[in-house]
Amino acid sequence: MNGYFAMATGLAERVDQIFVTFDHWAVTNTPEPLRWLVSILLIVVPILAVFPGLFALTTVLERKGLGRIQNRYGPNRVGPYGLLQPIADAVKSLTKEDVVPRTADGVVHYLAPLVIVSTAFLAYAVLPVGRNMIAVHLDAGLLFFFAIGSATELAVFMAGWSSRNKYSLLGAMRAIAQMISYEVPLILSSIAVIMIAGTLSPEKIVLEQAQYTGIFPHWYVFTPWGFAGFLLFMTAAAAETNRSPFDLPEGESEIIAGYFVEYSGFKFALFFLAEYLEIFAVSGLGITLFLGGWSAPLSFLAVIPSWIWFFAKLLVMIGVFIWVRGTMPRLRMDQLMNFAWKFMLPMALIDMVCAGVWRFLPGGALWVVLRWLICAAIIVVPYVALARGLEQGRKIEQRVYRYAEEG
Amino acid sequence: MTVSFVLLALLTLSAAVAAMSMPRLIHCALALAVAFTGLGGIFLNLGAEFVGLAQLLVYVGAVAILIVFAILLTRGSEVSMRPGARSAISGTVIALAVFAVLAHAVLTSGVSRMATTAVTPSNRVQEIGVTLLQQYVLPLEVIALLLTAALIGAVILAWREKSPAAQEGAETR
Amino acid sequence: MNPLSACLIVAAFLFCVGLAGALSRSSAILVLAGIELMLGAANLNFIAFWRYGALAAVSPFHSLTGIVFVLFSIGVAAAEAAVGLALILAIYRYTKSCNVTQITELKG
Repeated sequence: MNGYFAMATGLAERVDQIFVTFDHWAVTNTPEPLRWLVSILLIVVPILAVFPGLFALTTVLERKGLGRIQNRYGPNRVGPYGLLQPIADAVKSLTKEDVVPRTADGVVHYLAPLVIVSTAFLAYAVLPVGRNMIAVHLDAGLLFFFAIGSATELAVFMAGWSSRNKYSLLGAMRAIAQMISYEVPLILSSIAVIMIAGTLSPEKIVLEQAQYTGIFPHWYVFTPWGFAGFLLFMTAAAAETNRSPFDLPEGESEIIAGYFVEYSGFKFALFFLAEYLEIFAVSGLGITLFLGGWSAPLSFLAVIPSWIWFFAKLLVMIGVFIWVRGTMPRLRMDQLMNFAWKFMLPMALIDMVCAGVWRFLPGGALWVVLRWLICAAIIVVPYVALARGLEQGRKIEQRVYRYAEEG
Repeated sequence: MTVSFVLLALLTLSAAVAAMSMPRLIHCALALAVAFTGLGGIFLNLGAEFVGLAQLLVYVGAVAILIVFAILLTRGSEVSMRPGARSAISGTVIALAVFAVLAHAVLTSGVSRMATTAVTPSNRVQEIGVTLLQQYVLPLEVIALLLTAALIGAVILAWREKSPAAQEGAETR
Repeated sequence: MNPLSACLIVAAFLFCVGLAGALSRSSAILVLAGIELMLGAANLNFIAFWRYGALAAVSPFHSLTGIVFVLFSIGVAAAEAAVGLALILAIYRYTKSCNVTQITELKG
């Protein structure tokens, strides 16, 4: 019996490390002068294959999910259950005419989609998708992620400005203002994790969480500060990637489609791809920081390979994003800014204080409960006070239409 | 000196030249962002991981965006933005003279014959953090104060005052 | 020429490009950009001396001085850019121009 168990865990470990083993085998079995090329290709090609594949799957899931939420069938004509729809979409966008406005700034207009897609791909370099499965071992990996993410803003500006279109410039300005505002709570809420884990390396943050008390893991989301931080992080992430309900930069009823209104054909597809890649990347970072990365939710489930856990969590996050998109109305610009600066920023700072208190309270038997209560109070009391304060003086009454007459 | 260093240096320097010489202001700002990226790349190439990434985060993510916003908010002054012929020539001559002096100083001083350490000195993030919070904690607090003051000062400076003329304009519109 | 002096030459050239821009361009924003480039060149010098200098081998106590100095320098440069651009905006609102040759109100 014991022998079987050992064999089973050994097999599980083999399956878990199958890609790492293959990588090692392939690199050692190529002649010396080509080794650097093979090792680079083995990192780049999987990223370039897996995440766009996930993008194709997500477009179908999203359209079907939104369709179900809105009481209709999604795409169901191409292939079984409409699963081949992305291929049809790809063929369509590749064969469409590429229209560039006559007054557009040619070089910048051409470069913008390339910059946005390449920065979106670069972010995956520091995302651990499984045990020992990370492209670049950086000591300051989180800083790399945020530094690369901030380059997106410039690409958005390039797209919006070079099109010489009022709507695209307005969309770009909205997008940049929103991304800069929400980058602050995004980074601050991950600082709480950095303080507790004591490292900027995503791998080590996951390893810190991949320990178990009994069968329960040490995920940061199961602590008061981690829970608040996770909610703040994912809200800021939705705003950072221009996802609904923060999709003002693309508000099609107000400014047509925002900064990429003058892009057509394949360049438009690149923007679309980049947007989804950013959503995956930032969700992956949220998983890495708060949801234990590739670690299993219960200790005995660790027989399932780590990379399956990572992608399962990622799919759940994508599902939540689709659900939110289908059910939440879009915010107004002033609401968006007020929310970022008056609510998210103070809450993120309080979350950091809470993480510090959590770190330095003693861990005795009695203190486990007391620590929980103190930290929960640090989060909940300001939350209630802040929400009350922001709501005060705001009466909900019937909307007055100034320009549109009610029919 | 490696191939990657030479490439990064060429990228940085050509982007910097473009940023200082292109006629359109927005192009200058974009070239400046490329120059800052290249500089961050050089830092990474020299093994200074944390500083290189901080350079990217601050300069490409914040300063370049600030400059772009400033350019867009001061439109209308764009027409006269040709590099003035006389000041361009004199400025370039002065800069070249300074470069000649600096290059001469670098090449003749003991620096170019100095034995250089082959290994990158350790600069793990944790060590930097400990150094900042123990040895340099006072400068750290001072710079935190400086940044806060600069933030408040910038907001107050850029605050649009409700002048009577502007209010009149708003009413007539 | 060793790697250290190569870095120093690159930094010197970058400094002079920034200097030429700050001296010759008439847009106040570009003058500020030139100053930022010069600061970047100075940072490159710090990093080059940190990487190749002999100090790291001599005393581990000072081995991070270059890094820390550059971090402070980046912080100060960010503050400088924010205040400088806010000043330019305020001047623009007042004179409708950010051309440094036209802002001559304080000229005696």
